[in-house]
Amino acid sequence: MIGLNAAGPMEQFEIVPLVPLSLGTIDISLTNSALWMIIAVAVSAAFFLAAIRRRALVPGPLQSTAEVAYEFVADMVRGAIGQEGMKFFPYVFTLFIFILTANLLGLFPTIPGAPHGLHTFTTTSHIIVTFALAILSISIVIVYGFYKNGLGFLKLFAPSGVPIWLLPLIVLIEFVSFLSRPLSLSIRLFANMLAGHVILKVFATFIVMLFGAGATFGWLSIFPFLGIVAVTLLELLVAFLQAYVFAILTCIYLNDAVHAGHH
Amino acid sequence: MSLVAILVSAAAPAAAPVVEGAGEAGPGLPQMDASTYPSQLFWLAVTFGFLYWIMTSFVLPRLGGVIEERRDRIADDFDQAAEFKRKAEEAEAAYEAALADAKARARAIAAETRESLNEELAELQREADARVAASLAAAEARIAAMKEDAAAKVREAAAEVTRAVVEALIDETPTPEAVDSALNGVAKAA
Repeated sequence: MIGLNAAGPMEQFEIVPLVPLSLGTIDISLTNSALWMIIAVAVSAAFFLAAIRRRALVPGPLQSTAEVAYEFVADMVRGAIGQEGMKFFPYVFTLFIFILTANLLGLFPTIPGAPHGLHTFTTTSHIIVTFALAILSISIVIVYGFYKNGLGFLKLFAPSGVPIWLLPLIVLIEFVSFLSRPLSLSIRLFANMLAGHVILKVFATFIVMLFGAGATFGWLSIFPFLGIVAVTLLELLVAFLQAYVFAILTCIYLNDAVHAGHH
Repeated sequence: MSLVAILVSAAAPAAAPVVEGAGEAGPGLPQMDASTYPSQLFWLAVTFGFLYWIMTSFVLPRLGGVIEERRDRIADDFDQAAEFKRKAEEAEAAYEAALADAKARARAIAAETRESLNEELAELQREADARVAASLAAAEARIAAMKEDAAAKVREAAAEVTRAVVEALIDETPTPEAVDSALNGVAKAA
């Protein structure tokens, strides 16, 4: 009886080693998380490589979709940073596609009866992954900011036009806000993914419980089922939206590095 | 089993791990299990790096290239269309000019023809006038000659008559001088 042994809503986030590997003393086992990262990269790479196979002047559906993604991110970068921000375009594009694919893949239902550890897994529902990506973005901002502006990058913390007696307070606030950027960036994505999947799981558990309760309440399981359909639709939106938010915020932070002087 | 009981028992596993996770590390939130971090970070770096490499080496240059190419092509096509339009306008202008030219030439030819016809007409008119005038003059001359002739004959007859009358009356032949002067006197009186 598949499904009736309802797992807890947190079990879907469990990391299960599939192939034990280690680098010195560090455990780098191929886990289900790693597997889904590989699947995400394989899927997106395969998609884009297939899309550019024929560089048609009049694009087919695949190439059109890829071009829409390209233009979407390119407009995002140009809009937030300007033309000189286009040097970060490959990074923002990769970031957006990676997060989007990972988010969307996580919404596929697990094939019933899949062996332990091979359930559908959302890599972006793990704080360490989103935090690493956030730190990567912020690191690029800091490194490029100092490379481009030298110590002038520190003007970021002292907006022009602030009275001198207010400056220490403002600098402190700006500094704290700068430090909180990677946190808000990573927690936003992680928490959205976590919450969405927990809700889906809870609804699913309701269905199983009600169904198991027999004829009296069994028919009620239609409600959580409709709930799952609705939440899945919502999660599709969230999957896209969070990838977009992550990418656009990265662009906005990069804009600080490119134009440190004026704001 | 009441509905409430079912819902509570369904929700229980949802709440439990969070509560446990909030306490110490262990079977709580899997995201907080730091022992999985190195592996996740390692594979994230590998997979993200690989995707970045694929994107920068293959996908983005070609996608950007084809979009650029299309933009250029469309711009070229627009230029070409403008060129064609310009040519069409030129052709139209040339046509208009040719038309105007032809019209002017037609007008000129018409005017020329009219003028030459008028000249010819005038010539004929002059000729006819001359002929008429000539025959008029000849006729007048003839009339004058005939008049003179007739007058002479009348005078001769008058002289004859006068002579005859004088001969009959006085039986004397008057001299021609006397007859002449007598006739002249009568002619003056008449």
